[in-house]
Amino acid sequence: MSPHVGEVHRAEFGRVVAALAGRFGDLDLAEDCAQEAFVEAVRRWPVEGTPPNPGGWLTVVARNKALDRLRRESTRQARHEEADMLHQQHEADPGARVTSVTDERLRLIFTCCHPALAPEARVALTLRLLGGLTVPEVADAFLVPERTMAQRITRAKRKIGAANIPYRVPRDAELPERLAAVLAVVYLVFTEGHLPGSGGAEQRADLTAEALRLGRLLRDLMPDEPEVAGLLALMLLTDSRRDARFVGGVLVPLAEQDRARWDRAAIAEGHALVRECLRRGRPGHYQLLAAVNAVHTDAARAEDTDWSQVLALYDLMLAATPTPVVALNRAVAVAEVSGPAAGLAEVDGLGDALVGYHALHATRADLLRRLGRPAEALDAYDRALALATNPGERAFLQGRRATVATAAASAQ
Amino acid sequence: MTQYLMSVWHTEGEDVYASEEEMQQAFADTDAFNQQLQQEGSWVFAGGLHPPSTATVVDGQGDQVVTTDGPFSEAKEQIGGFWVVEAPDLDAALALAARGSKACRGRVEVRPFADE
Repeated sequence: MSPHVGEVHRAEFGRVVAALAGRFGDLDLAEDCAQEAFVEAVRRWPVEGTPPNPGGWLTVVARNKALDRLRRESTRQARHEEADMLHQQHEADPGARVTSVTDERLRLIFTCCHPALAPEARVALTLRLLGGLTVPEVADAFLVPERTMAQRITRAKRKIGAANIPYRVPRDAELPERLAAVLAVVYLVFTEGHLPGSGGAEQRADLTAEALRLGRLLRDLMPDEPEVAGLLALMLLTDSRRDARFVGGVLVPLAEQDRARWDRAAIAEGHALVRECLRRGRPGHYQLLAAVNAVHTDAARAEDTDWSQVLALYDLMLAATPTPVVALNRAVAVAEVSGPAAGLAEVDGLGDALVGYHALHATRADLLRRLGRPAEALDAYDRALALATNPGERAFLQGRRATVATAAASAQ
Repeated sequence: MTQYLMSVWHTEGEDVYASEEEMQQAFADTDAFNQQLQQEGSWVFAGGLHPPSTATVVDGQGDQVVTTDGPFSEAKEQIGGFWVVEAPDLDAALALAARGSKACRGRVEVRPFADE
């Protein structure tokens, strides 16, 4: 694929699939014909030149391929006529047509993220059909064999067809829960790129970029949903620190990062979104996480961080989402506001809920180190290292552990 | 329109109803739900089953018919009853299942019938 077609592919694949799915009600057909249209673009564009409206060109070519295929398959004839009839009715109302054009991808993402599908299938379908990743690319993103991923996607599409999972934006009553499922898929793609748990890379810019693209798409499609804005802000502000997060393959904690290397444009965009969320006054989980990140990225130096503001945001988050992970992050803010002993008391108050989570032990290790309790700190570092899988994070924990061990030995 | 099997599953050894009154209320609620299904045009068929211990399994594939005491599956989860409904799409069927689940006091599995 030429670089230009590749670019168009990422930008337009979802739109072409969505347009065809909306017209023919068949995801398999939509995916296949979108793929064939791109193959034809690779063949023709270098010779004939790139058309002025590549997305429109691709949609027309894909639609004609779909119509050809339906004409050839006599068993599908009835469905074809039915679909075409629906389409004609559709086009008779120009007002309805405009909304349907803007809404096709939104419908598609709600279908891909339907709660009747397994969570891993939701992610796979979203990346494949909306993100335009190839099956090998999706397989690679989640480190499963290509065959397994192909089966997962096929099975999910089959379920959508057989169970008649609707192709539409959920009604108001269902929307909050269904939107949460969509946002969870996008954020999962982001976190897998931000701090991959497997695969040996410290970060994966391809996945964070894809998540940001999906986040921007949702933001365009649902401009009035504060949690959509919150998620995009959270991803922008987190990703703004990408170039400062690892030095020589070792994770650099927030307080020690070179803030000159933060992406100012991403921060400005993220801050504007957070301010918009504040004006709306309908806080939610992603908006609060974004606000925490806004406080961090607002501080010129680590010591300028307004930790009481961070703590207040985690208090709100804990009230709305009382999960152990939120409580753990809140404990970090408590340690900054009231000292490491207070933070440690909060962490130890969590009990065994997060005993298998490396961040719990890494947080305890750091607090014990700061409290001058090296033996316990070393033990906590060991437990964190036994669970942590990201190479950059492991390198950081090993470095800290070595420093504590050396200090403890020289003190004796 | 798609037809869906909505089956009710119970875990063996777990009491489905807290009391006799609760059971009577569940029967009444399920009857009312069945009537609503008929009025709304979603109803195809429904039925409650005797306990799994009353089941018999027949294998007629070979030369001799083999009859054994059931149930077919030794799993702890057993089917207790079912509805067959007709709905425009899965979301509509899931909404019916939620109402059925509340009425009969059980978890409901929704599964589409194959076309034709």
